[in-house]
Amino acid sequence: MADQPKTVEPGRVRLSPRKRQRISRTVQYVVLAAALVAVVRYADWQSLAQNFAKLDVAEQALPDLFTVALRNTIVYTVGGFILSFVFGLLLALMRLSQIKPYRWIAIIYIEIFRGLPALLIFLMITFLPLALPGFQVPGGTYGQGILGLGLVGAAYQAEVFRAGLQAVPRGQTEAARSLGMSATRAQITVVIPQAIRMVIPPTTNQFVALLKDSSLVLFLGVSSEYVELAKFGNDLASQYANATPIMVAGVTYLIVTIPLGYLASRLEGRKGGKR
Amino acid sequence: MTAHAIELRDLHKYFGGNQVLKGIDMTVEPGQVVCVIGPSGSGKSTLLRCVNLLETPTVGKVFVEGVEVTDPDVDIDAVRRRIGMVFQQFNLFPHMTALQNVMIAQQRVLKRSRKEAEVVARDNLEKVGVGAKCDALPGQLSGGQQQRVAIARALAMSPSLMLFDEPTSALDPELVGDVLSVMRKLAEEGMTMLVVTHEMGFAREVADRVVFMDGGVVVEDGVPAQVIGDPQQERTRTFLHRVLHPEG
Repeated sequence: MADQPKTVEPGRVRLSPRKRQRISRTVQYVVLAAALVAVVRYADWQSLAQNFAKLDVAEQALPDLFTVALRNTIVYTVGGFILSFVFGLLLALMRLSQIKPYRWIAIIYIEIFRGLPALLIFLMITFLPLALPGFQVPGGTYGQGILGLGLVGAAYQAEVFRAGLQAVPRGQTEAARSLGMSATRAQITVVIPQAIRMVIPPTTNQFVALLKDSSLVLFLGVSSEYVELAKFGNDLASQYANATPIMVAGVTYLIVTIPLGYLASRLEGRKGGKR
Repeated sequence: MTAHAIELRDLHKYFGGNQVLKGIDMTVEPGQVVCVIGPSGSGKSTLLRCVNLLETPTVGKVFVEGVEVTDPDVDIDAVRRRIGMVFQQFNLFPHMTALQNVMIAQQRVLKRSRKEAEVVARDNLEKVGVGAKCDALPGQLSGGQQQRVAIARALAMSPSLMLFDEPTSALDPELVGDVLSVMRKLAEEGMTMLVVTHEMGFAREVADRVVFMDGGVVVEDGVPAQVIGDPQQERTRTFLHRVLHPEG
């Protein structure tokens, strides 16, 4: 056939981009529906329910699930959060200090504790009494868990605070200094309060991360009155040879973490809208 | 002999390799209002910021009321207490109400009681015409109101001189007048003022002296009628022509 100039003949049926998109979308829906049907049809629902959602096993978790496990999770998390908040702010100030050795110490700390798995820190804490004979983490098991979470959280929180401190305009410090405030006074009165306000959303996310990391207390080898959600679920699951308690613990985490996540993104949205 | 309110001796300032001030000698007498004018980048803001050492001069000396503030042994915080400063961007503390903005340094720096600080703050906010806005946050105020709160904040420290760094440049045109009239009132009360400004009308009417700067040096220094009304230097004439007749 002779070469013909490629022209679109009027009236010829061609797939418009919009039509192609519609077809592609229909195909995707069909595949999804087929997958769903397959899962519903072929999954062994009885066995799954037996192993993961056995009501009488779930009942065994009550009331300790809330009165002991959730309570302890909150103790570890809040304690670790407070420690990481204070220590993180200190690290951030050191990180931004004019004094070089402060900067070095902060950088080294932050890099090490962000670079190591949190689990490793917890394992090391259990060896502290061996390394330092006679040394006891104050607060016993609570103290150990809070220390572990605080040490890890501080490294992350320090970076959050650093961003916040750097986001406060220089004019704020200048205004404070021009009123006769010392550098320290200006930081405390003017810069830090603004930085803290700015980092509330990422700090909420940090809190959620700590809440999940509190499950690592499992590796401290704690007795039953100190168990948090993950160990509580795991222990019960072993006892009944059934995964339901782990599911129950998981749902309990979600009850706390999902609203906090929403809170964080709402705070973030409001921050943008203000001003 | 009483000391000059401000004396600058052979002031040089480099930012990296960029020389912004090239040997400034200047004095401001107590009670004088001195306006510094000049094109952007001429070093006038840097000059102002050297007076309270927000910028450290590379070379040269700054005296405020006879005290050498460039002396490393001088307590700069104590010197700054006596120098009020007003910024182009207001720099109010956004997390505090107008009243708290005016109170905080009184309490923390001058160690005034809460009660006393509040009385002084309300008086000064009243004086600059924003007495009704005591409980507003800076974000809820117009630019003109914010700048007047900033002036009240400086005044509450009972400074013996005031620095103004382009105080109306960030304002909507219709709000400029409110701030200028507050400054005019201050001048009439005998406040010593060093003002970096583009407001030629204000400079002409209120200033005792006008200093024209260009390229990091003082080109002309004299009474407004001379510097603005009858400039002797070509550079001054060109600048004034551009400012007063922006459309050529």
